[in-house]
Amino acid sequence: MNETQAAGAATLDTFPKLLAENARRRPGRPATREKDLGIWQTWTWGQVAEEVRALACGLAVLGLRPGDKIAIIGDNRPRLYWTMAAAQALGAVPVPLYQDSAAKEMAFVLDHAEVRFAMVEDQEQVDKLLGIQANDLRIEQIIYDNDRGLRHYDRDFLQSFEDVQAKGREHDRANPGFYEAGVANGKGDDTAIILYTSGTTGQPKGVVLNFDNLVRTARNSIDFDSLNENEDVLAYLPMAWVGDHLFSYGQSYVAGFCVSCPESSDTVLSDLRELGPTYFFAPPRIFENILTTVMIRMEDAGWIKRKMFQYFMAVAKRHGIRILDGKSVSIGGRLLYGLGGLLIYGPLLNTLGFSRLRVAYTAGEAIGPDIFDFYRALGVNLKQLYGSTEACVSITAQPDGEVLPDTVGRPSPEVEIKITEAGEVMFRSPGVFVEYYKNPEETANTKTEDGWVHTGDAGLFSENGHLKIIDRAKDVGKLTGGTLFAPKYIENKLKFFPEIKEAVAFGHDRDFCAVFLNIDLEAVGNWAERHHIAYASYQELAANPQIRQILKSHIEAVNRDLASDPNLAGSQIHRFLVLHKELDPDDGELTRNRKLRRNVVSEKYETLIDALYSDAERAHVETEVTFEDGRKGSIAADIDIVTAETFPGAEPLERAS
Amino acid sequence: MTQKARQIGDTLLKVEGVSLSFGGIKALNDVSFEIREREILAIIGPNGAGKSSMLNVINGFYHPQEGTITYKGKTRKQMKPHAAAKTGIARTFQNIALFRGMSTLDNIMTGRLLKMRRNFLWQAIYWGPAKQEEMAHRASVEQIIDFLEIQSIRRTPVGRLPYGLQKRVELGRALAAEPDLLLLDEPMAGMNVEEKEDMCRFVLDLNDEFGTTIALIEHDMSVVMDISDRVVVLDYGRKIADGSPDQVRANKDVIDAYLGVGHD
Repeated sequence: MNETQAAGAATLDTFPKLLAENARRRPGRPATREKDLGIWQTWTWGQVAEEVRALACGLAVLGLRPGDKIAIIGDNRPRLYWTMAAAQALGAVPVPLYQDSAAKEMAFVLDHAEVRFAMVEDQEQVDKLLGIQANDLRIEQIIYDNDRGLRHYDRDFLQSFEDVQAKGREHDRANPGFYEAGVANGKGDDTAIILYTSGTTGQPKGVVLNFDNLVRTARNSIDFDSLNENEDVLAYLPMAWVGDHLFSYGQSYVAGFCVSCPESSDTVLSDLRELGPTYFFAPPRIFENILTTVMIRMEDAGWIKRKMFQYFMAVAKRHGIRILDGKSVSIGGRLLYGLGGLLIYGPLLNTLGFSRLRVAYTAGEAIGPDIFDFYRALGVNLKQLYGSTEACVSITAQPDGEVLPDTVGRPSPEVEIKITEAGEVMFRSPGVFVEYYKNPEETANTKTEDGWVHTGDAGLFSENGHLKIIDRAKDVGKLTGGTLFAPKYIENKLKFFPEIKEAVAFGHDRDFCAVFLNIDLEAVGNWAERHHIAYASYQELAANPQIRQILKSHIEAVNRDLASDPNLAGSQIHRFLVLHKELDPDDGELTRNRKLRRNVVSEKYETLIDALYSDAERAHVETEVTFEDGRKGSIAADIDIVTAETFPGAEPLERAS
Repeated sequence: MTQKARQIGDTLLKVEGVSLSFGGIKALNDVSFEIREREILAIIGPNGAGKSSMLNVINGFYHPQEGTITYKGKTRKQMKPHAAAKTGIARTFQNIALFRGMSTLDNIMTGRLLKMRRNFLWQAIYWGPAKQEEMAHRASVEQIIDFLEIQSIRRTPVGRLPYGLQKRVELGRALAAEPDLLLLDEPMAGMNVEEKEDMCRFVLDLNDEFGTTIALIEHDMSVVMDISDRVVVLDYGRKIADGSPDQVRANKDVIDAYLGVGHD
């Protein structure tokens, strides 16, 4: 496979060309799957090529011209992926959007990208666009995948996917060679896609990537993990996110493997189990959620099962990781681990859908070492990578056998990394983005003239040549006593506890560290059920004093842990409170990728932060919330503030006060 | 909102002079109205007005002492619930009546029971015709699951589902019978705003896509006014108004009934 890749590399420089190649070389192999009406439907590479061809011609009939932008909005659906290839075949540029973003955010991107066409999943998205359309936008054609509820819309700029394809087939018959000419026209340095980053600060920026960026990065990462056409991948992360674009589109077209789309966004975990992917990417949050579910179900299990689980998990932690890394393990250890495999690990992995998994990656945020070790102990080859949209994902990745929970690995193939004097990580690679769309100022701020890109992350190389990311460069702070304060580090420690869904640590320029907590409704709700505690709302459950006690013990466990590290002993958590509402992207507190927006949270909950740093035992707060339909309301609550026990540690720095 | 393109047709069901009493209590008193093909009819009224009794009369659970019901051109005085089900009337209940220990899928499958042609013996053998039939039924149940967007709870025992979803499953079971006339007894009771909006959408969509005629009882006036083509108002067992939502809203008797003017 490698020699053909090398031979074809010169000419196979765009995705439409790769699609044609796949249709020629492996016409009968599955390319796309989707679960529809309870059954997995499959399209082969040959069929996908036909679908894309008909769609591309149809789009051309509707007037999509080279250089036009076509927005793609919806869950991961085969037809939306095909739209990318179809647009690229015409020289048009797909612009995938986060499907759950509010109309206002969407309007900004649609306007900024000068989108003329939109391919959307269903009525919900059509309605959203029609709402935006009213404020004079320039979308000229909207094409929808699912016609449910749309039969009577009857507007001439609304078309169904089938109709467009039918027009395309007609056009194709009348103009043979039109599609091939369009595909042949594409070049490696053409713009392939514009991905808008959700942006923890400010307006989203449109990252322009060309085919060379994506195809070369895909080739390199495929070689790195020796992926081939037999992989099975589940596409369930937002299509607007660069990771999904690389894993579910780029790598699939380059390596020729099959991408499966879940039935709906709610069924991902059961679809995962049915499918059993061989190659899987998930942000730490998903691995966390899966682990939480396992732990909850084990707590509900009978005591024999529970004891067996506990015993063999301890065995796995002792031996499993060493076995996975190919290190020496005693015969007894191997036997015990083998027995555990029969009794616990095998069935558990099967339940999770990880039985066939060869490579799993996580990235986006630091993963708690305990979570990471849990999967590796079970024999899942879970690795970390570090990447960004501006790099087409790959900056660093952990090679097999060199996996450490606290690093993100070595530079990926063809990537150079340097660390500035200020501690910021910079990189240069073939995947480096072309520019931010219509934003030369930001482009110049981020990318130097000789191609080095600022990441904004603070990092350092450990002695074994692995990169370690500490935090966002701007988030790492100091307590007034001088102790290093890395909020994310503390938050991640807290978030490992199943009861804690989200944590926000404060401490920069303060005397001590204090945190906000969000309970995990599933885990805590389950606990409440088992203890016969009735509750009517999230707020009521969050305010339960017994739960506060449990959280307090968790905080103290973290404090004990921090106390053992001389650099961090000073950043133990002194006070905490449990928030009355969940932090939510709709309220702007998290990004669409569910990353914390620190500034928003500290502004919005200023009164609570003040209370944390006073002697108050209770604080009153009133917050505005946005419901799913966009209406606003407000929640008021009195929140108890708890003081946690801290432990003496070897404090390296003398406190000034 | 979109323009409704469907055509409201002829009378599907006609209730004439129906009176129903339990001992000395007159639950229904000389009520007459009609349900037309493909319309959404709401039956409203204060508590104890006889709304649920009316539905029970329509699907044959109660037998009125007086009056007739004409359904699909056949006039009858009495009807058995199973006969009603066979002729295309399906319903949901005010208090959810599902098999709590069974999965969503199985619960909806029970709605197909009347459509199963193979006898017990064939089903016991399983292979062959019964299996074919089961697959066909499963396919149509999957359509309903897709329609109601409950794929994620396909295998979940209904007893573990939240109330709003249970209501949805119950609607699914009623739909599985492919009814011509669907009776919904307070489909949105006890739901939050979001669940209500979802339910409204399903009611409108199924009326629109499958042309199902729907008679529903509902207390939430904004829902009633939004989705129904016609409203029948009952009070103390008598019909006090019948007309479009706007007509009913302006009707003085209706306002009195709701605001509680004394009856003497």
